[in-house]
Amino acid sequence: MLHIEDLHVNVGDKEVLHDINLHIGEGETHVLLGPNGSGKTTLLMTIMGFSSYTITEGMILFKGEDVTRMRAHERAERGIGILFQRPPTISGLKLGKLLTAISRKKNEDIPALAASVHMDRFMDRDINKGFSGGEIKRSEVLQLMIQNPDFIMLDEPESGVDLENISLMGTAIGSLLEKEKRMSKRQKSGLVITHTGYILDYIETDRGHVMCDGMIRCHGNPREILKDIKQRGYKECLECRQT
Amino acid sequence: MSPNVNLSELSAADKDRLVQSGIDLTMTNRCGSYLQMDQDIVHSECTSEGIEVLPYKKAFEKYSWMKEYEWKVVAEDKDEITKYVAAQKDPKGYVIIAHKGSSNIVPIQACLYLGREQIQHVHNIIIAEEGAELHIISGCTSGTHVGKGGAHYGVSEFYVKKNAKISFTMIHNWSENIEVFPRSASVVEENGVFLSNYVCMQPVKMVQMYPTATLKGDNSVARFSSIVIATAESHMDLGSRAILEGKGASAELITRAITKGGTIISRGHINGKTAGTRGHLECKGLILQDGRIYAIPEIEGSVVGTELSHEAAVGKLAKDEIEYLMSRGLDEDEATATIIRGFLDVKINGLPDALQHQIDASIDVAERSGF
Repeated sequence: MLHIEDLHVNVGDKEVLHDINLHIGEGETHVLLGPNGSGKTTLLMTIMGFSSYTITEGMILFKGEDVTRMRAHERAERGIGILFQRPPTISGLKLGKLLTAISRKKNEDIPALAASVHMDRFMDRDINKGFSGGEIKRSEVLQLMIQNPDFIMLDEPESGVDLENISLMGTAIGSLLEKEKRMSKRQKSGLVITHTGYILDYIETDRGHVMCDGMIRCHGNPREILKDIKQRGYKECLECRQT
Repeated sequence: MSPNVNLSELSAADKDRLVQSGIDLTMTNRCGSYLQMDQDIVHSECTSEGIEVLPYKKAFEKYSWMKEYEWKVVAEDKDEITKYVAAQKDPKGYVIIAHKGSSNIVPIQACLYLGREQIQHVHNIIIAEEGAELHIISGCTSGTHVGKGGAHYGVSEFYVKKNAKISFTMIHNWSENIEVFPRSASVVEENGVFLSNYVCMQPVKMVQMYPTATLKGDNSVARFSSIVIATAESHMDLGSRAILEGKGASAELITRAITKGGTIISRGHINGKTAGTRGHLECKGLILQDGRIYAIPEIEGSVVGTELSHEAAVGKLAKDEIEYLMSRGLDEDEATATIIRGFLDVKINGLPDALQHQIDASIDVAERSGF
């Protein structure tokens, strides 16, 4: 599904991601761990195609196609989607209007989908304006439900969300990633950033990666990595060279 | 032309321009009409009970008390525009009277069409008697064939009596060679509500206006909303003023201004003269192409207990907002238009749906052409 090779990324004049290699197969969900400021969000924004992140070396293949130079909407059209940790507030733009714009000619039942994540009363609200942490995340999930991407990046889906809503988020994300299907039948893939790991109680992940200082240092079983980090912190990761 | 030409008999080009200014030629969603082409009154009627739409002179022939409403809130000698209108031997314009207790949720339309004349002049008087509710949409436009340019001088005097309400929605659809000088003012009595909405999405050479609402009565309300785009050669000098005199009177002045190379001067003035009055002034500007947005908000309070505020901001489209929408599959142009549409989306409290839809529709036309 997604294949990243020797990727170097600049923000302004400064290189912030160094020599990233990552492969996520069809039906797989990976988790990306790492301390604050290690470059996790930068990697997601780069994969999505945001213009502030300049790829200086390497390439991104999506479903076998080179998308390295494509703009965000072209990547979205090919099936890449992202749940933002802190999406912008857009004054005057109503959530309902945005959902209609995303759905285009698709035949989604927007009111039913909105009700399923308890966002039906937010259709006439300016997008993200005065939304609580949980409401922002539910609005993001709802947009993704309508967009229906094949590869979904989730930037800290549990941050700012209370316990009750984490379970709701987990269920909704699980369904976006076709977790109800047998593994061999699953076609959707995902990449989750998490700090706390809480969301992993709701979403099964297949593989974990640890990022430090703009480099992916190790790969492995997500639960084992998380357990390690909980016990020892990221200190050892920083000392560890990339595997 | 003689009065009451059937609206469907107008030429196709004229019809198109009128429809774009919010005029419903089929009259399906209107309860009355006044149409003036240059200085000819083409059509004047109203089917709503208790509400009259009359040509200016006819109203004065019919009611001797009309004199009490002439040049009472707009001064005859205010400037050369009012002097020009006052000097006319044959005054034109409309008088709309909503008699005591009458109401029209379906709006009356007034259309002023500038075809061949150098200067079109009108004097309008709008009265909502006690407890009456009156909604008016005024579409102002010019013929596609006005090559040499022209000007529109319009004086409007509004009287909102006790417990009455007037909404006046003006949609301008002029062309690059027309200059427009509305001169209007209103007086609002106890518990009265005056809503004034202005939409201009199309090119115009110059618009200059500064309508004033004097809120004399206790708990009276005025809301001014302006939604404008200035194209490269347009010069728009727009303002609105509310004078809060009655106890508990309140006013809200809202502007959304976009320049695509033209000039917008957005003035506003709220004067709180009595305790317990409230006022808020808000101007948001977006510069899409180098031009000028000059916001001059003024708030003036002179007693303890008046609460006035203003906020003004001029800026550009935010890249992170555009890219947010692009990550959902909208291309850059679609994302930009969607954000601009949101910026211009002002929901006007107390305005009937039909009129809100008309405002939305005229912005939609601009959106379809990519602003």
